[in-house]
Amino acid sequence: MVEGALWRRWVFFYIPLTLFVFVLLFPFYWMLITTFRPDGELYQPWNSPRYQPFWTANPTLEHIKYLFEETLFSKWLWNTMFIAAISTMISLFCGVLGGYALSRLNFPFAGSLGTGIFITYLVPQTLLFIPLAEIIRNFKLGDSPWALILTYPTFLIPFCTWLMMGYFKAVPRELEECARIDGASRLQAMLYIIIPVAIPGILSAGIFAFTLSWNEFIYALVFLSSSEQKTVPVGVTSELIRGDVFFWGPLMAGALLGSIPVAMVYSFFVEHYVSGLTGSVKG
Amino acid sequence: MAQVVIRNLNKKFDEVHAVKDVNLNINDKEFIVFVGPSGCGKTTTLRMVAGLESITSGDILINDTVVNELPPMDRDIAMVFQNYALYPHMSVYDNMAFGLKMRKFDKAEIGKRVQEAADILDIGQLLKRKPRQLSGGQRQRVALGRAIVRHPQVFLFDEPLSNLDAKLRVQMRVELKKLHNRLGTTAIYVTHDQVEAMTLGDRVVVMKDGLVQQVGAPLELYNQPANRFVAGFIGSPAMNFAPVAMAERDGAIWLEGPEFRIKPPEPVASRLRGHAGKEVVLGIRPEDLRLANGADSADLAFEATVEVTEQLGSEILLDLKAGPGQMVAALEPTAPAKVGDRLRLAINPNRLHVFDARSEAAI
Repeated sequence: MVEGALWRRWVFFYIPLTLFVFVLLFPFYWMLITTFRPDGELYQPWNSPRYQPFWTANPTLEHIKYLFEETLFSKWLWNTMFIAAISTMISLFCGVLGGYALSRLNFPFAGSLGTGIFITYLVPQTLLFIPLAEIIRNFKLGDSPWALILTYPTFLIPFCTWLMMGYFKAVPRELEECARIDGASRLQAMLYIIIPVAIPGILSAGIFAFTLSWNEFIYALVFLSSSEQKTVPVGVTSELIRGDVFFWGPLMAGALLGSIPVAMVYSFFVEHYVSGLTGSVKG
Repeated sequence: MAQVVIRNLNKKFDEVHAVKDVNLNINDKEFIVFVGPSGCGKTTTLRMVAGLESITSGDILINDTVVNELPPMDRDIAMVFQNYALYPHMSVYDNMAFGLKMRKFDKAEIGKRVQEAADILDIGQLLKRKPRQLSGGQRQRVALGRAIVRHPQVFLFDEPLSNLDAKLRVQMRVELKKLHNRLGTTAIYVTHDQVEAMTLGDRVVVMKDGLVQQVGAPLELYNQPANRFVAGFIGSPAMNFAPVAMAERDGAIWLEGPEFRIKPPEPVASRLRGHAGKEVVLGIRPEDLRLANGADSADLAFEATVEVTEQLGSEILLDLKAGPGQMVAALEPTAPAKVGDRLRLAINPNRLHVFDARSEAAI
């Protein structure tokens, strides 16, 4: 918060903040308004006398209807949800165990192993999908959800492991030592004490992993080919852009409906998620 | 009933030799305090007794059983940590019950023991709260409660009072003492605060650089420090030290500093006799100095200039310049002393300490 005179607060705080919020939210507004705008208004030239791009007088559910009736959108939604949920679970499980081990167990080369895992996260997906496509083909997983469920962890596990490693390091060591003196084995101390305390961290890792796999594009584009196997990002872009024709209404409706589940997950866990990022564990 | 025996205990962290050949027999029901500056190895020793740190060499025995390889859960000990280490996601009740649940006590017994401990510590009304809703002092009590419900063989305390404010610390110190008198469980207590060590310990172990400097009852450490370090560490304000030369003239021993010359009486003199010519350090506690009057022999008095006065009400501390050295004297609060005064101070002849300048051992 900026201190001082009223004009200072306006100039240095409220006005920049308003601009920032406007810039951030405008694309979403555009998406929303396009979803409900009839085609007749959408494809009007800008110099038409009745051109009004920021508002519509005749909202319609036409595009949403099109999405569900003429495309496999509901199937894509389900695919995305299923793939994101399973790969997030796999990655969280491995990430929590890996992060715990790297931050708490003193084994040889723990440090370099941690760095190694981080480096794998830095390898770009645009490079990795080529060898991965080979592997997917060898295992005959192409065009099935498992192609994505098993490849998403290649970037989700390093991500979760690193996030959890940092979080576990912030949990006071004494908590665990105390539990072990109290009669818990290492595993029990982890299950009853460390993991419950690390819930905010686990939730934020989970939300991030879920969002990353929800939005993932290139693997989904490469490994899936039939229409009924596609995820939302790939389905919407491949089926609603035909040649150089953009079906703006259904496209935006698809984007809007596709972002609602993620928004819901975020808002549901937002408190935990923030405290996970700021790492507030008090002993 | 628990004796703890520490035998030739060593701990090395890579290059650092943190604990060196510690030997100690801790009797049943004894309250032992490890005290020393930070990094002296006291906490490492405690953690080795707890089983949280591996032992490089030597043995730790609890009731004649070597526990070197036993995991912490099997040693039947309870530990209170400096930051309390309360489980933040559990209520006070669950915090205290956790150790009993892990040990598969039945529900009724757990309830009974937690209630008992809560009554002793007067935290019965807090049982449903979470640790973050408690004040520092209350958290400390819960941490103690968690230790006592277990009825362990040995209590381990790792600087449990250092996160409390000064007033609460004094209050909890008294409560800890009462608690020990009531339960009689063998306790090992680590602190860097010599006042806590003196007030709580049946015996005090002074450590420095991984070595035990002296083990003894609090007054023994105060009256007969084994070396210059112990002398300086125990007692507040700290003992004054003055390097002096020792001379033997006409059969009498003289300790001579740049600005003063004193003749130590028996039995100090006879102890010094064999050391004539050596460099020695004279140690005088601030409370063993007083204003000299005419009756004081010139052999045990010296002059000094007052630089700072600190009136504490119960006494007055004078920071003095005596020759090239600094001294502190603790006098009656009514002593007439102002900054800049030149005073004549007399030394209590029975309470002189002399240390070898090189080995720092007491002579």
